[in-house]
Parts: sequence; C-alpha cells; structure tokens
Amino acid sequence: MTSDIAAILAIDGIATGAVYALVAIGTVLIFTVTRVIFIPFGDIAAFTALTLAALDAKRFPGTGALVVILACLATLIEIISLMRSGELRLLPRALSFYLLLPLAVVGAAWLVMRLDPPLAVRLVLALMLITPISPLLDRIVFRPIADGTVLLLLTVSVALHFALVGLGLLFFGPEGVRTEPLTSLSTEFAGVLISGQTMLIVIAALVFSGLLYLFFDFTLVGKSLRATAVNRTGSRLMGIRPARAGTIAYLLGSLMAGVSGILIAPVNTVFYDSGFLIGLKAFVGAIVGGMTSYPGAAIGAVGVGILESFASFESSALKDVIVFSLLIPILIWRSLASLHSEEEIEE
Amino acid sequence: MTRLHIQFAAILAVLCLAVAPFVLSPFSITLMNYIGIYSLVAIGLALLTGVGGIVSFGQAAFVGVAAYASAWVSALNGYSPWLGLVFGVVLTCGVATVLGVVTLRLQGHFLSLSTVAWGLAIGFLFGNVEGLGRFNGISSIPPISVGSIALVTSAQIYFLIWGIVAAVLFLGYNLLDSRLGRAMRALRGGNTLVESLGINAFRIKLATFVIAAFLASLSGWLYAHMSRFISPGPFDAGMGIEYLMMSMVGGAGSLLGGVVGAAVVTLLKNSVQDYLPLIAKGASGQLEIVAFSALFILFLQWARQGIVPFVVRYLPKARRERPQPAPPLPRRAQPTPGELLLKVDGAERRFGGLVAVNNVSFEVRAGEILAVIGPNGAGKSTMFNCLTGALRVNKGEIVFAGRPITHDAQSRIAKAGVARTFQHVKLRPRMSLLENVMLGTYARTRSGLFAGAFRLNQREEASARHEALMQLERVGLGDKPFELAGNLPLGNQRILEIARALAADPALLVLDEPAAGLRRQEKLRLAELLRSLRADHLTILIVEHDMEFVMSLVDRIVVLDFGSKLCEGAPAAIRSDERVQEAYLGGVA
Repeated sequence: MTSDIAAILAIDGIATGAVYALVAIGTVLIFTVTRVIFIPFGDIAAFTALTLAALDAKRFPGTGALVVILACLATLIEIISLMRSGELRLLPRALSFYLLLPLAVVGAAWLVMRLDPPLAVRLVLALMLITPISPLLDRIVFRPIADGTVLLLLTVSVALHFALVGLGLLFFGPEGVRTEPLTSLSTEFAGVLISGQTMLIVIAALVFSGLLYLFFDFTLVGKSLRATAVNRTGSRLMGIRPARAGTIAYLLGSLMAGVSGILIAPVNTVFYDSGFLIGLKAFVGAIVGGMTSYPGAAIGAVGVGILESFASFESSALKDVIVFSLLIPILIWRSLASLHSEEEIEE
Repeated sequence: MTRLHIQFAAILAVLCLAVAPFVLSPFSITLMNYIGIYSLVAIGLALLTGVGGIVSFGQAAFVGVAAYASAWVSALNGYSPWLGLVFGVVLTCGVATVLGVVTLRLQGHFLSLSTVAWGLAIGFLFGNVEGLGRFNGISSIPPISVGSIALVTSAQIYFLIWGIVAAVLFLGYNLLDSRLGRAMRALRGGNTLVESLGINAFRIKLATFVIAAFLASLSGWLYAHMSRFISPGPFDAGMGIEYLMMSMVGGAGSLLGGVVGAAVVTLLKNSVQDYLPLIAKGASGQLEIVAFSALFILFLQWARQGIVPFVVRYLPKARRERPQPAPPLPRRAQPTPGELLLKVDGAERRFGGLVAVNNVSFEVRAGEILAVIGPNGAGKSTMFNCLTGALRVNKGEIVFAGRPITHDAQSRIAKAGVARTFQHVKLRPRMSLLENVMLGTYARTRSGLFAGAFRLNQREEASARHEALMQLERVGLGDKPFELAGNLPLGNQRILEIARALAADPALLVLDEPAAGLRRQEKLRLAELLRSLRADHLTILIVEHDMEFVMSLVDRIVVLDFGSKLCEGAPAAIRSDERVQEAYLGGVA
C-alpha cells in the first residue's frame, strides 16, 4: 500500500465515518433520554435515501403511505390509552399531534410535489416525510414498555428493525437507488483529489454536531433532555415529562439519520435493507463513546469508517466480519471502563 | 400432582410423539421435524436467557458453525456424517468457549450487544469463505445412516430428531434440579449473590453458554443432514432473533417452553405464509416478516411471561414430600472459642479523593458477636464489602483464620468460611425456601455437570436437602420448606438468608444491617436467633446502626466515624463514651 492509496482510503473512510457519526449521535441521543438502543436508525437513513430517489424520479415515495399508516396506528393506541386512564379531555391535543400533524406533513409534501420543485426543496421534503416515523414508532412500540429493562427494549428494538426491513421492501421495492450528487465541485489537498460530496459530508457532520451542542447547552428544551438522560425520576419531579423529552429526542435523532441518508445516497447504492449495516456500524461508534458521549460517539464512528475503508481494501468480502469482530474488544474495554452498579435482571 | 403424574404425562407425550409419523401426512411430519430441530436451539436459549439471564442474539451462528462443519466433513470430504457430528460439536463448543471467555465478563446489555456482534461476524463468514460455497452454499450433503439404514425420508429422521429432543429435555430437567442447575438459576440474582455463596459466577455462566451452544450444534447437524443443502440464509441475524422469540414465547426459563415456543412460532409462520396471500395479494413475502415482528413486539409488550408459565399457574400444585434424614454433609474444622479468627490491620479504601475507610484495625475472636456501628456515611458498608471481597482495600491487610484474604475473590473468601447476608435481601424469589438454603451448601458439595444430568448425585443431593431442612428448622422456618421465598414477609426473608448462610457451615457469619426495615417483634426474634447461634459457638460480625438492637445483643462494639475507628469496647463502655455520643447526637454545647 503506497501513501497515496492510504491517503485516498483515509479520506474515503472519514467521509463514510462522518455519515456513521450522524447516526451514532442520534443513537446516543435516544439511548440517554429513553434507554432504548434504537437499532432501526440505519433503516431511517436508508428510507430517506429511497424517499429522495423517488422524489427525484417524480414518484410520490412510499414513505407517505408508511407515515399515514403509522399515524393511524399511533392515534388508535393513544385514544385507547387515554380512554383507559380517563383523560379523554386530552383527546384534541393527541389527535392534532399524532394524526393531523403527520397527515398535514404528508399532504403538504404531496401538494409541493405537483409543482416539480428544485433539488433543495426535494431534500427538505424527504426530511419532512422521514422525521415523523421514529416518534410515531416510539408511541406505538416503546411507550407501552417505557419502564422495561434495557435488555427488553433492545430485544424489541431488534424486532422492530426486522419489521421495518419488511415494510421497506413493501413500500420501496427491491431496487437499489443512487441519487445525483449534491455538488460536482472537487478540490485537491496535499496531492489527493477530494470530491465535493466528501467535503459536504464532513461539513454537514460538523455543522449538525455543532448545532446539537448549542441546542443542549443553550436552550431550555435541550437542558430538559439532558436532565431526563441523567435522572428520569428527578427530572419528572422538576416538571419535565420523559415521554415528551423522548419524542423530541426521536425527532432530532431521525433528522440526523435523515441527513446522513441524504449524504450517503449519491456515494453508495442504497437498498431497502442497507440500513441495518449503517445502523450497526454507527452503533459500534456509539459504543466507543460509551453510549453517553457525543464527541466520543462521533470519533468512534469516524474510526469505524476508516477501519472499514482499509479493511475493504485488504479484503472486500470480509470487511464486515472485521468491523463487527472489532466490536468485541471495544465492548470489553467499555465494560471495564464504566463503573456499574449491579443491575438485577427482571424476574 | 405427584411425581407419578408427571411421569405419566411424560410417557403419554413420548407415546404420542412415537405414533405421530404413522398418522400424520408427510408435510406435517416435515413440519414436526423443523419444530424438533428449532426446539433444541430454543431449549438452549431457555437455559441461557431464561435461567441464566444472558440474552443471546447469536445462537443461529452456532447452529451454522455445526451445520457447515458437518457439511464440510461429509459432503466436501466424503466422511461419515457421524464424524461430522463430532467435528461440528467440538468446533462449536470450542468457538463458544473462546467467545464466552472473552465476552461473559461483560455486564448487562453490553453482553447482549456482543452476541449481536459475533453473531453477525460469523454469519458474514459463511457467505464469504471460498471453501464453503459462498452464497451458493453446500449441496448434496449425505443423509445420516444408522447401521445400514440411511435416514432419507422425513418419517425416518423424525425419530432421531425427537429422540434427541426427548433426551435433551430429560437431561436438562435433571440438570436444573442439581447442584449446578441451582447455581445457574441463581445467576439472575446478580454476581454478588452468586459469589457470596462460594460459586464462581463466571464459570457457571461459561458452562451455561457452552451447553446452549452444544444444543445449537446438535440442531445444526440435524438441519444440515435433513435438508441436505445449506446456505448462509438460515443462520443469519434474523434467524437469531427468531430463536430468541421461540424461547420467549414458550416461556423463558422453561425448557418445555422451548419446544412449545418452537412449535407455536413454526406453525404460526406456516399459517402466515398460507393466509397472508389471501389478505394482501403479491405482497406476502414482505408482509410475512412484518406480521411476524409485529406479533413478537405485541407479545413482548403484553405477555412477557410466555405460554408454559401461564399454563402451569392453572395446573394443580406439585405435592412434594419432606426430605428424609440422610448422612450429614462434611463439616469444616471450627475454630476453638477465644482464638483469633479475623484480623483487619490498617485497612484503607479510597474512592477517588474520598477516603471511605481510613486506617481501620480490629479483631474478631471465635465465639463472640462483634458489632461495627457508626452514623450514616461512617464507612460501615465499605468496610463490610472489603471484608467479603466485594471491594478491594487500597492499603492494609485482612487475615482470616490465619490466611491473608486481602486480595482474594469473593467466592474464595466465601469458600474459606465467611458466609454473609445482605442489607437489601438477595434471595431467589421463584425458588422454594429449601432450594434457597440448598444454594448455601454449594461449596460443601461436589457433583458436577454429568452427575447432575444423569442423576448420579442422588446421595449427595439427599444429604444437601436434609442439611437445608435442618437449617430451616434451626431458624424456625421448617414448617413450609416448599413455599416460594418471594412469598415470605421481609423479616422472615432475612432469617431465610441466615439459614442459607448457615447451610455453608461458616466459621464466621457476617450480617449487613440485619435489623434494617424490621418491625419490633421481628427484631426481637432475630436477636433471639443470633443469641442461640452464639450458644452454638458461631462467630458473628454485625454491621448495624440500630443502637438498641446492638446494645442488648453483642459482646463488643467497634465504632466508626468518617471512615476512621473512633473507639472499641463493651456495649456499656461505648454507651457512656463521649466521643460516640458526639458522633451520634452532636456535641454537648
């Protein structure tokens, strides 16, 4: 391997890693606020790419139908739970949030699509269509077992991923997509050609991590999310509703996943089931950060990207084997590094 | 329901299974074969996840390792499938041992995540190794032959599969009812509990993990030689979660649940394949996994217990006989009263900048009751944890019965003769009083995996059972030995913990705040019990802050304050000591 090749591989790895970093940050965000290890984030990223591709092809994406179905389900569950707790007076709010809002988003996207919008608008449309999915899934799947153990939530999360893969095939079909590059610029740095897309990915990752930092440190909502992450009961006593904090975390997280999906779509061909690997690799990164640190997760994710890039140069068939085998030493390191209070397993 | 009823039901079930292939259609027999093959994995998971509390997403990889190993031996190299079985089992158990040694020290969800990781890594390997046919798989795998009969049709291999399932269930239930099985069932109570009983928790976890992998390897071998063709598909991560689902649906923790779960999931999947096309034409393939995952999620949300435990609740309770007298278990040489038993010399423990225990020294003499007291935050619990090995001291030395134990693991200290109870009671609520106390005899008994599975341990078991009953009677809980520990009130739970500690035949009994949360009557009973134990020459160390309880009971008191030893002496002297009064009540102005 010459230094030229190494430089190209490294840059490639950083770009891939930056995409993973966005998903990894979302994963950490969800985990700290809700204790759910949200494996399906990768699927959200892949669905965004597929949505954008459909929009580019002037077809209305299957995401719309998916959101409508999930919204109906979530509304149904919310109505039942409100009836059970005798709080039907909250019904209008629930209806507007779980039914009208998602439907309005889908309707708006459908109308705008008629106008044959430019790329920038299509990007916004794709993100708009994708963001309601995770909060709705949260309401349908995780809210009823919000007090369960981390392991129970993880098991449910893995099952949910498989459901989403099936839904992906149903709504998007088996074809892979690759969208047009967002920019055709390129630049040369230290003798190595860097494509504009790569630059864009890295910049986007930096900007979004920065925005998240500002959000957590300088807004009240951000602080309430951090408080929930530290102590659910304590923050509840301070008037923060964990369920609401969870919804916000899911919204933010899926936005990050969506952005990463848009960024990766011009570089890699994305299929309905590509999300699993994206999600898991991001997750490896998140574990490097101990599932609690955002910079740690981002650095870990970039590390995974670089490793994958070099591994695929050595042996493209075994690159995934290498990446996932690496997770085990990382887990051991993390498990030793973090002090545990012994958690008893549910009877 | 007596033992006879259970045996009758088992024989009936075996008969039904034996007759089935002569009655059922070939398609149904094939379905039954799949159920049997999946059952093996699910039984392993019931043991690993349900009993041991280790959630594994990677069992499908173990099935794959054995299937590929046997296919490689038989289809690619032309040897007998039986050699394939040996190779498959050895390879799978070897891989499991290595993975277990590396990962089983991980905690909680980290451990489960590591199973996702190696499950995926091994799964990818099958499709990417040149010699294993890549994604095309390996075809023309020979059938298994028994003598001169080749098991080609599904009715033929049926008997082999279900014979193995029946044997595994029989041996598995034997194992769970043995010394090792009780240790496995204690794993869910947490490492501290298991280690305090003199059990090496890591080794028990490893044994459970390898047994589950062994069952998966049997399943993989049968699968390869039944379907005669393998490809990476049936061993991927999706199948891993399906196995987990089977064991959870059947009822995690119940071996029979593994079989029931495998049957329910397989039949359900089959009917989903049959009926979905009627509902949604053309989309059935995609909807199958969606319907399936959705059902699993609903199940986890609403019926986590599983089918078998649900049904068992409505069956009549098993009636069991009181254990008969049996030869006693060997006892350890007890120290002579008055001899130095435990010596703590200059112990220091820091947490970062905080010195929780600072240069504390004291001695415990055989036959006395010594109390370590002090206000909140005095370092009592830290001192206690250092004594029992749950924490290590940074400086100083602890000598027990003439042997330094400063750097020993918890289980070794327990084996040396230190038995403890817990401030927050740690019992196994779903095990009977008798079984909880039998846990205490672990370090005094020997029988292992094979003795347990094949019931070669009956003499030792009888002795252990009798010992447990005697200890229950000694503490006054002997009237209902088969009651579940979780049904006792708190006071009796503490007393049950003492019985469990006594069953270990300890030289020193260490009690962590035994009076905390007890009502007055319960405290009096507890004090009475401890006095009777002292009369039997047992040495007791109590960490406590209930002054009234301590003053009337103990021989000597060590007072800690802010991590340091304040003073030491007889109760009356401590009561009148000004420094103690100041520490507890504040200075006299």
